[in-house]
Amino acid sequence: MWRDTLLVAGKDLRIEARSRVALSQVAPFGIVALVLFAFALGPDRALMATGAPGLFWVAVLFCTVQAVQRSVSVESADGARDGLRLSGLDPAGLFLGKTVAVAAQLVVLEALLAVGVVLLYGARIDVPWLIVVSCVLGTVGLAATGTLYGALSAGLRVRETLLPFLLLPIVAPVLLAGTRIWQAAMAGGTPADGTQWLRLLVIFDAVYVALGVVVYGPIQETA
Amino acid sequence: MAPATPSSSAISLHDAVALSGRFPLLTGVDLEVADGESVLVEGPNGAGKTSLLRVCAGLVPLASGRVAVLGLDPVRRRAQLRRRVGLLSHASHLYDDLTVRENMRFAVRAAGAGTDRIDPACERLGLTGRLLKTPASKLSAGQRRRVALAVLVARWPELWMLDEPHAGLDSSARAVLDELIGEATTGGATVLIASHESALVEPLVTRAVTVTGGRVTAERCTGVSRAPLERPAATASGPTPTEPPGGPGGASGADPRVEGEVAHVA
Amino acid sequence: MNPNQRVRSPLLQSARARWTVRIIGIAAAVATAFTVWLGLWVTPPDQVQGDLVRLVYIHPGVAWVALYLAFGLAAVASLLYLWPRTRSLFWDRLAAAAVEVGVVFNVCTLISGSIWGKPAWGVWWAWDARLTSTAVLLVLFLGYMALRRVPAEPEVRARRSAFLALFAAVDIPIVHFSVLWWKTLHQGATVLNPDLSPTIHGSMAWTLLLSFVALTLVFVWMLLVRYRIGVLEDWLGTGELDAALRERQAEGAAPDPAGDGSEAPAGAPVPEGVR
Repeated sequence: MWRDTLLVAGKDLRIEARSRVALSQVAPFGIVALVLFAFALGPDRALMATGAPGLFWVAVLFCTVQAVQRSVSVESADGARDGLRLSGLDPAGLFLGKTVAVAAQLVVLEALLAVGVVLLYGARIDVPWLIVVSCVLGTVGLAATGTLYGALSAGLRVRETLLPFLLLPIVAPVLLAGTRIWQAAMAGGTPADGTQWLRLLVIFDAVYVALGVVVYGPIQETA
Repeated sequence: MAPATPSSSAISLHDAVALSGRFPLLTGVDLEVADGESVLVEGPNGAGKTSLLRVCAGLVPLASGRVAVLGLDPVRRRAQLRRRVGLLSHASHLYDDLTVRENMRFAVRAAGAGTDRIDPACERLGLTGRLLKTPASKLSAGQRRRVALAVLVARWPELWMLDEPHAGLDSSARAVLDELIGEATTGGATVLIASHESALVEPLVTRAVTVTGGRVTAERCTGVSRAPLERPAATASGPTPTEPPGGPGGASGADPRVEGEVAHVA
Repeated sequence: MNPNQRVRSPLLQSARARWTVRIIGIAAAVATAFTVWLGLWVTPPDQVQGDLVRLVYIHPGVAWVALYLAFGLAAVASLLYLWPRTRSLFWDRLAAAAVEVGVVFNVCTLISGSIWGKPAWGVWWAWDARLTSTAVLLVLFLGYMALRRVPAEPEVRARRSAFLALFAAVDIPIVHFSVLWWKTLHQGATVLNPDLSPTIHGSMAWTLLLSFVALTLVFVWMLLVRYRIGVLEDWLGTGELDAALRERQAEGAAPDPAGDGSEAPAGAPVPEGVR
């Protein structure tokens, strides 16, 4: 299973390195989202600074949807999905590999967005390690659920409209937790609050990664 | 689950019905392919040849009936079968952004085979030099076919299933393909070829079944038991055109088999 | 397995089944009428909330049905469908029916809660734990329905939906707790008192109980009717399937057509993305 994980993750990341979709399309999209939020919230800097955590995570969610869509559409050209099934790759390894690839892309995007938030919204971060940990944990959860839902909607013509609608409610806890942790880590927040939410993220991640490992194989048969 | 088949049966289908949504792909196929046999599956367009191959590859589950490939259920036991079964389908399963070489490495490793045979396979199929570094999106259809074929060659499975293998290949590639089929057969692999270019394929196989309307409706032997090229004539393991026990010919209510070359509709 | 057998369902044919559904419907109607009478005329108004409190005979009832009964049933049925030993399209259809009826009750919950909230809190909506979780649940339900609308063979659709229900079911406790923490752990003051329950005793308590019973009966009745509709829809499809099988087999009986390869290959490869 781990061998297959590395194989698939490597393949997805290599494709990304070649096509640079995440870098050249998803990242700018995230930045655009941040800018639009700023327009929507008006010129009040204090308001933006307060709202920065939430806006960051919403932008991350949007980027997740894009990244997952891309991860799924890579397999829909030239019958690649059939090829994966034929190859007999361990479905759990396939799931983990794709999750790792999406997560890697998301982490890079988040770093970019975090910088954007600090610069554009004037957010001040007091406890950096909390920020980093929350991003890592949140990313794992987002990538895992995204890959799962991507598989569920793969091959459907309505996938592009259906996937966001299915995915976003499910990752609401990540949004909640991430926002709270960031608020705790900002100037004026209490870090102790943040650790409680970290536990939530860990549970969320554990549940969905485990679920994915078990269930990804049968899901593929539905595509 | 896998039925009790004679152990020499590479493929065994019994009253197989397969559906795609509401559309019946196969409407009750009975087929036995012995180990080491080479069989042509012919029939008009839309007859179900591709579906038959896909069922054997485990991509399409049966709605009713039984199927066993190398004695195992191809859907449930895919992990065990993956090294032993190879399918060359209409699509080449290539990733557009990766080069030929990277695609091959992934495909071969995903199927559990070693990467040492990639280079000889590429040579064989004429995929050399700059072609290896070309992204798959820039390849022509024929070249993609070659790559898919090269993957198959690098893996060299026990059971080869080729869907319209000659389509899209130029004459030199076709020659290589014919050689490969011959080698596979003499080497003891089982080969199943779906094609409506029967004239091209007949010299390579020992038996031909006709599929129409999702069922096997006719069978004949093509009277060849060796590859067309001079090879140290190892008599292939048992590709005698006799019916295996419990023959499918009677069960499908088909025409009696016609011996020798059949005047085939061109 | 004969494709026809797949659609056989126990809750359809027998006269006994029909009568059961009818009786449940009547019981539901009677119980509801009784509740309405009691709720609107017999029971006294609350000291604090006045007549507004009569909403207690609707709101908790529909909430209980939507959140626990409907959704719980859908989750359990989906699990039973996925479990190989109990796999049967019966569970899938039951889950689908439960979700659809659940959506209706869910919307009623939100509306009745909103109507209650406006006079009591001054706002149409409040981001308290309960309401928020209910809203998320509604969206998940709607997602399930959207996925089911994608055309597919019954088994494929069933598996897909069942997985979705499973993911959603797993998520709901997490969402509930996160929203709860969100409200209670947050330093900021919550202006609204989320606790709407008045002190209940006497005739109000009995009426409340009756309302639960009545709404549960309504749910069961709607569930059975919806289930039956689902079975009929699938039956319609199977009839077409038999005809298609026969037609295709007849293709084979015709003599080998002269000349092939001139038309583009059609039909044989499984269409991608059709489902």
